Amino acid sequence: MSEAAVAHHTSTGLDSRKMAFWTFIGSECLLFGSLISTYLVYQGRSVSGPTTDILNIPLTSISTFVLLMSSLAMVLALAAVTRGDALWSRVWLATTALLGSGFLGFQAYEFTHFVHEGLTLQTSLFGSTFFVLTGFHGGHVFVGVLWLLTLLVRSFQRKLGPDKSLQVELAGLYWHFVDVVWIVIFTVVYLLRQ
Amino acid sequence: MDITLRHERGRRRLGALLGVMLAGSVVAACGGDYPQSTLHPTADFGYQVDSLFRTIFWWAVAVFVIVETMLMYVIVKYRERPGSPDPRRIHGSTLLEVAWTLAPAVVLVFIAVPTIRTIMNVTGDAPEDALVIDVVGHQWWWEYRYQDFGVTTATDLHVPQGQPVQLRMTSADVIHSFWVPKIGGKRDVMPGRTTFIAFTPDSVGAYYGQCAEFCGESHAHMRLRLMVDPPDDFDTWVRGQQAAPSEAVTLDADAQRGREAFAAVRTPGNHSCLACHAVEGLAFGALGPNLTHLASRSSIAGGILPMDADALTRWLRDPLTIKPGSLMPDIDLTEDEISTLVAYLLTLR
Amino acid sequence: MATAALTVDAPGFGSRVWSWITTTDHKRIGILYGVTAFVFFLLGGLEALVIRAQLAQSSADLVSADFYNQLFTMHGTTMVFLAIMPLSAAFFNYIVPLQIGARDVAFPRLNAFSYWVFLLGGLLMNASFFFGAAPNGGWFGYANLTSTQYSPGLNIDFWVLGLQILGVASIAAGINFLVTIINLRAPGMRMMRLPVFTWMTLVTQFIVVTAFPVITVALVFLMFDRTFGTTFYSVAAGGDVLLWQHLFWLFGHPEVYILILPAMGMVSEVIPTFSRKPLFGYAVIVYSGLLIAILGWGVWAHHMFAVGMGPVADAVFSSTTMLIAIPTGVKIFNWLATMWGGKLSLKTPMLFSLGFIAMFVVGGLSGVMHSSAAADLQQTDSYFVVAHIHYVLYGGAIQGIFSGIYYWWPKMTGWMLNERLGKTHFWLSFIGLNLAFFPMHFIGLLGMPRRIYTYDAVLGVDAMNFMSTVGAFIIGLSTIVFVVNVWYSRRERIEAGMDPWGAATLEWSIPSPPPNYNFTAIPEVVSRLPQWSDTEMKAIPTEPEGEIHMPGGSYWPAVSAVGILVLAVGALLESLAFALGGAVVLVVGIYAWAFEPFEM
Repeated sequence: MSEAAVAHHTSTGLDSRKMAFWTFIGSECLLFGSLISTYLVYQGRSVSGPTTDILNIPLTSISTFVLLMSSLAMVLALAAVTRGDALWSRVWLATTALLGSGFLGFQAYEFTHFVHEGLTLQTSLFGSTFFVLTGFHGGHVFVGVLWLLTLLVRSFQRKLGPDKSLQVELAGLYWHFVDVVWIVIFTVVYLLRQ
Repeated sequence: MDITLRHERGRRRLGALLGVMLAGSVVAACGGDYPQSTLHPTADFGYQVDSLFRTIFWWAVAVFVIVETMLMYVIVKYRERPGSPDPRRIHGSTLLEVAWTLAPAVVLVFIAVPTIRTIMNVTGDAPEDALVIDVVGHQWWWEYRYQDFGVTTATDLHVPQGQPVQLRMTSADVIHSFWVPKIGGKRDVMPGRTTFIAFTPDSVGAYYGQCAEFCGESHAHMRLRLMVDPPDDFDTWVRGQQAAPSEAVTLDADAQRGREAFAAVRTPGNHSCLACHAVEGLAFGALGPNLTHLASRSSIAGGILPMDADALTRWLRDPLTIKPGSLMPDIDLTEDEISTLVAYLLTLR
Repeated sequence: MATAALTVDAPGFGSRVWSWITTTDHKRIGILYGVTAFVFFLLGGLEALVIRAQLAQSSADLVSADFYNQLFTMHGTTMVFLAIMPLSAAFFNYIVPLQIGARDVAFPRLNAFSYWVFLLGGLLMNASFFFGAAPNGGWFGYANLTSTQYSPGLNIDFWVLGLQILGVASIAAGINFLVTIINLRAPGMRMMRLPVFTWMTLVTQFIVVTAFPVITVALVFLMFDRTFGTTFYSVAAGGDVLLWQHLFWLFGHPEVYILILPAMGMVSEVIPTFSRKPLFGYAVIVYSGLLIAILGWGVWAHHMFAVGMGPVADAVFSSTTMLIAIPTGVKIFNWLATMWGGKLSLKTPMLFSLGFIAMFVVGGLSGVMHSSAAADLQQTDSYFVVAHIHYVLYGGAIQGIFSGIYYWWPKMTGWMLNERLGKTHFWLSFIGLNLAFFPMHFIGLLGMPRRIYTYDAVLGVDAMNFMSTVGAFIIGLSTIVFVVNVWYSRRERIEAGMDPWGAATLEWSIPSPPPNYNFTAIPEVVSRLPQWSDTEMKAIPTEPEGEIHMPGGSYWPAVSAVGILVLAVGALLESLAFALGGAVVLVVGIYAWAFEPFEM
């Protein structure tokens, strides 16, 4: 992104990139909204295969906690970048990425386990809606991790000073959004299961 | 000025043309024999929808005339002429805005009230004594099952005049839509769901209909006839359908050979007639139409060909040209086989 | 073009092409959108003519059933996604930054990316014709006809992938223009001073950004069903075929407003200009546009009255749909009031705007007829609906867009389109459209369903179908007149000057075509109609005071778009190598794009 754009005067005073990002997040809400609605509409309509009983709530609670902690690390990373603290920026960016990867690890384990239990994409409505919904979310986390790693590399290249805090802020917005979406999915799919 | 005059004439000519078109279409729509018209219903369902449509139509005509007249008036009155003064720069008027927000709202109330009333009346619920007929949509033909009488038939839907009928509909493959305009509106026919149409036909006759939801390659060829019979004729028809076909006639030599051809097992691909078609006492295929009383129907091939020897011959010779994509395959019958099969099929009265 | 001339002396063909591929100038991207969309419009029109030729008489066999199904599917898909939407986008691109006093859009490279993705998506979808496998499930692609069981070929795959790609382009452009309009307004250009076209663009993009994710999800389900064997639309697994319909129309109805609102915006610019009067009820027109967008989200199931949702749902959706008639009617009355007491100059742009009003009323009224669930049971899926959508989309959207084309052409090119040819175009188009589409009302009422490749003479609709076919060919002829007009006027070359129509908005205060930086100095806006205002706006200097930095070109947006195409081809061929290759190109493209030096 260009540096000059930051200095640009805007009608609202809000940086255009930030506004664009909020708009994007609005659009993403509709995306996840449609996925979650479909999951709800099809809940309990599967005619074969494992049911929601195979969901492991304690395990997923841990992975949810891991993802929540990553949001905290993200906040600390942004604070560190803003005050120009290179060391702690790296620490917290790396921590965020690591916790994100940890979440993905839990998900990979969960998916593999389910496949062994006989629940695949093709098995039933539950299989299709569950894997596509959580898989879409996992894909978003994966993109987020890539983004964080990019920022980490930039930091090591000494190209992530306080003047670039917006870059971290945008990544943070995305990361928190993905986190919030997970809270909704966790509630709908796991806690309110039927 | 010259140019504007010419356009004035052009506009008048255009008006005249549109007028002729409108008048022509109206005349065309009112006269003549239109077997699939929505404008001449013959059942209670159709009357209700038609009366609602006419109410809305005249409101629409009124609004159309008012708005288009205003438009023409403005164009003629305020067209730029040499020396016209510069207009006053008015930016709006709250009073007018309120007025023309309320005006359409009032008109809509006059449309919404009868609409909701009619919606409540055409849900497909039927009285207790209704004749319930199961309708199954197939690519691309209609199957009817009269559970009360143990009758299964296709394409021609027979109902008795004056008796409430309820169609209980589902699909064997993709989404179709059952539409006989003269009895009323259409209703989609979906796999995994059951939908209903209820009506009481009041005039004897043969009414045309066809599938109204795009359902694949030969969607255009998924037609049907609704036969409203006088009650006595309907009873006779039911008894005819209930009888086994072989009881009615003794087969001549050709037909007997045709019957054997019908039952013969062919390879490759098990392309035998009986693999897909049922004829009571002979075959039990369920993929295609039940042929037990084929010759008693008015048409074949999903209502696109008349029921006669010539059409049957053409159909057996080359079904996929007549009905592209059809499940009825071209099984390379010899001319001799075709003529004996036709002779046999014609006995299935 | 002017921009090219500024950077390169006597550029060769190669460098000219390169400069178009790498351009990030909103005006040139607007031209790219316009030309591409017009070519697709001609293609969609050609498909329509073959359809009409086939239907000119009963039991005709000009085309096969399957090819006919491909034709009507591609006619609908093309006109909606590849013609009307991008034709509007051409004007969003070219005109909106000029109207708000900006030097470019907020994200010039994202803008280029949107265009290239749109182009490649459109080409991919149309490439299907070369494989004899053009989409054939209808533009609405109802499940479960689109499942591999009932549509085993590549046809539906082309459609699914093409639409997903186009969705990416639309959402990217939507975000870009939302931010541009809200954030890049010149000083003094308050929201309630925005020209109505810009307002309608804003509303349209709001709908794009919210509606497209829904169809994306519906398409992802379909793609997964077809490719990975998921069960979203599988009846055997307990799935509901109506899930698709709900998702599709949840997108599909707002989509209708995506198609019509820009045209309404154009008409709202043209009518005041050629009436020499400000728009009557500016605020009401703006709010009614917003209201249409919001109400548009609550009416989707009126496309599904025949599925038997039950009387309560039918009644609710009938009522909400009828409500939409109110803000729409209000717009029409305000346009009439704008002309009332004005001094109407009946130039070509104005004729098309008047045609828009006259015809949109017809389409709107038949729309009210459909809104009545019970009455709609006779109309839906018949030619009556075909008449309705064509009055709205040809009589409305296309006439509005042609109004915009004739209106802004001098601004975009610096020369005027010929008036006589323009008027010939209008009258042929107007006669043609009524001849083609008016009889369809009666064809439908007499019981002819839509989407059938042939019909029986017994229906008694031969003569009217023939009339309709003649009308369609007259529309085709009128379009040829337009092409001739472009060619002829270009040679005739009547210079436009800055403000040939005496119009009031900001884009008319600068040279035609505008220099690549648009404004020598960012204007300070003091009124809604700066060119007509009594309060003089501070004059925009004729020469820039210093050097104006404009963003240079970039080829990374185009590269990223190619990545998406390769990814899609990978999905089409079910080739992991292709898909991975595409993904790598996409990621590299985005990285290079994010980190290249790009001044703006």
